[in-house]
Amino acid sequence: MQAKPVIKFDNVSKTYPNGAKGLKDINLEIMPGEFVVVVGLSGAGKSTLMRAVNRLHDITAGDIQIDGQSITQAKGKQLLEIRRNIGMIFQNFNLVKRATVLKNVLTGRVGYYPTWKMVFGLFSKGDKQRAYNALQQVELADKVYARADELSGGQQQRVSIARALTQEPKIILADEPVASLDPQTTKHVMDDLKRINQELGITVLINLHSVELAQTYGTRIIGIRDGEKVFDGPVASADEATISAIYSGGEEANG
Amino acid sequence: MKTSTLPDAPRAGRLRKWVLWIALILVIGWSFTGMPLLQIKDNAVEVAGAMFSGLIHPDWGYVWTGDGEDLVSTLLQTIAIAFIGTFISAIISLPFAFWAANTKHKNWLVSRSGKIILTAIRTFPEIVLALMFIKAVGPGAFAGVLAVGVHSVGMLAKLFSEAIENMDGGAGESVTAAGGNRLDVTMLASFPQLLPEFVSNTLYRFELAIRSASILGIIGAGGIGTPLIFAISARAWNRVGIILLGIILMVTLVDYVSGAIRKRLV
Amino acid sequence: MAELPKKPFAWQKWVLGVVMVVGLIISAQATGTNLPMFFQNFGQFTIIFQQMLSPDWSYTAYVVDPLIETIKMAILGTTIGSVLAFPYALLVARNIVTNRWVVGIFRFILNVIRTIPDLLLAAIFVAIVGIGPVAGVITLAIFTFGMVGKLFYEAVETIDEGPIEAIKAAGAGKLEIIRFAVIPQVSNYFVSYVLYAFEINVRASTVLGYLGAGGIGVFLQRALSQFRYDRVGLMVLVIFVVVLVIDYVSGKLREALI
Repeated sequence: MQAKPVIKFDNVSKTYPNGAKGLKDINLEIMPGEFVVVVGLSGAGKSTLMRAVNRLHDITAGDIQIDGQSITQAKGKQLLEIRRNIGMIFQNFNLVKRATVLKNVLTGRVGYYPTWKMVFGLFSKGDKQRAYNALQQVELADKVYARADELSGGQQQRVSIARALTQEPKIILADEPVASLDPQTTKHVMDDLKRINQELGITVLINLHSVELAQTYGTRIIGIRDGEKVFDGPVASADEATISAIYSGGEEANG
Repeated sequence: MKTSTLPDAPRAGRLRKWVLWIALILVIGWSFTGMPLLQIKDNAVEVAGAMFSGLIHPDWGYVWTGDGEDLVSTLLQTIAIAFIGTFISAIISLPFAFWAANTKHKNWLVSRSGKIILTAIRTFPEIVLALMFIKAVGPGAFAGVLAVGVHSVGMLAKLFSEAIENMDGGAGESVTAAGGNRLDVTMLASFPQLLPEFVSNTLYRFELAIRSASILGIIGAGGIGTPLIFAISARAWNRVGIILLGIILMVTLVDYVSGAIRKRLV
Repeated sequence: MAELPKKPFAWQKWVLGVVMVVGLIISAQATGTNLPMFFQNFGQFTIIFQQMLSPDWSYTAYVVDPLIETIKMAILGTTIGSVLAFPYALLVARNIVTNRWVVGIFRFILNVIRTIPDLLLAAIFVAIVGIGPVAGVITLAIFTFGMVGKLFYEAVETIDEGPIEAIKAAGAGKLEIIRFAVIPQVSNYFVSYVLYAFEINVRASTVLGYLGAGGIGVFLQRALSQFRYDRVGLMVLVIFVVVLVIDYVSGKLREALI
């Protein structure tokens, strides 16, 4: 018997105001617990696809459902509540550099509080402990009161993983999380993500530049070229020819 | 080895630069015209000598007399004028800064008009402003506070708005992604990023305000300027000497402390 | 899982906060700050402001000459100050002069000069050389000297040492090093700083006359003492326009010269 998809794209397209096509008629179903890697050239639309999931970017046609609920139609509070269940990790970490690690991790809880409490920065004791637990999972417990900019790049990225974990999300989106890291820290960050996926059962949708990384960590690969889905299948079925087809974009004229 | 003669250097750019430099020299030459360079007072050397000797033999007795008109008291008052004036201007600057900041979600006309107003405030002579406030609240340090408070907005709000424009939007994006609304983004991402920047700008402006506050007394707006101008017009050079030393020491000290704090902020 | 440890006490923040609050209270007292009184008398302020908003246009013809004098003062002050600042900055740059005593002493003098506000210099030089634009030019020259001197030696200290080494290896002396390895690297900065100083000097020069140091400030002082706020308004407006024009010209010049 088949479980319900946790992310579902129905004929999703995005056209920018200047007429450029970001996404072209994408259909996609991602099941709970999958570790899905999106690959493609830079500018192919990987990042747009990511940001369409939690609606940081609006799409212009089609519908996206998170856990059976349409985020495309969601309004106001409803949208914020869907987002609360989707953690996100960014290429440039997106931390408040001058704030402490704890404060950064706590921002993951923002969706659970009324705004007036955030004006005064009132987080509950339980949430502080929750943030600390997340930091222990990424082995940064000793840095809890350090300023974010005192940490190395790899450590900062793990802080942002902890921030996403504190959200207690069903899904984690990772937009080129290792693009600005060296090989060693890359491994550490990717291992953390894999562990989260396997131990906590959180669905991971990740953008990667490197095919090797995709093949090492992913269970399924999606290839994007010029905003179109050109490949979708298990890692094992993505052979040399498929990969080079994904990365051959650009020369072909598109209608 | 076969060699050919050196080709001429490319011409067009060079010619333009020469024309500009010659024009510049002509303008400087023109500036000398009508300058009564030789109409210096006959006793200038004498006065300069007297002033110099006053600097070497300052009037130490003026440092502290206990009547509130002495050097230490007026210097402290000068610092107080700059301190509270800068504080007031920092508060006024906040709304102006958000008005003038040229951010993505805003019509450029709005920020443009804010920037023009700030330029107008910046060029409005501080002395004129101080005199206007003296008319309103009477001579004294309070008029100086108001002048510093209003005049500083021109520069401080500009610095603030630049900090807003240069802010990294990433942290805000992460708050949005976690389900925060716009106010959440402001409180959890923008504010903590901007605060150290704002404090640093305010301290820098405070260093400049100290200099303003020490001259506003010349027109009766409190601080060290008042005894200074009295001493100059009375030709009490020993008094002028000690006041100058006091100002130099005060400004150096404030610059040092403020600079040290700013270094730790960024 | 382990429990969240207690946050270390942020005593620095507390000290800073207490200093701020105490400082504000003391300052308010020392300056007789009384905002309610100001708002009560706000009418006075607006009356003056209204008078300024209806400028006396007929006075325009009279302010042209002093305005030109002001600009001349700014040009001369900037030129003289910059010309003096150039060699002086080389003298206090650690990578040019290696003698620590020389650098230390001359830098100290430069720092002292930089602490003195411009109007204070004007008051002193009016007392020495007498009322007139010469006092203004000297004031601006010294002011420029302090400002450009500091900016410039900082620029000299950040230059690439490579060319200096290369030309040293080719057997160059101190002057040749400066001419062929230092100046080409910093001349753009110098031009930029001088223009920056000029912009500031134009602003400063407009008020120096208030103390008798020439330029439009003399007329500003006269109008203020006669309570002719319509004329003050006109002059403030004219100064604003001149400052905008000078900033624009200076910006274009910067593009053309660099």
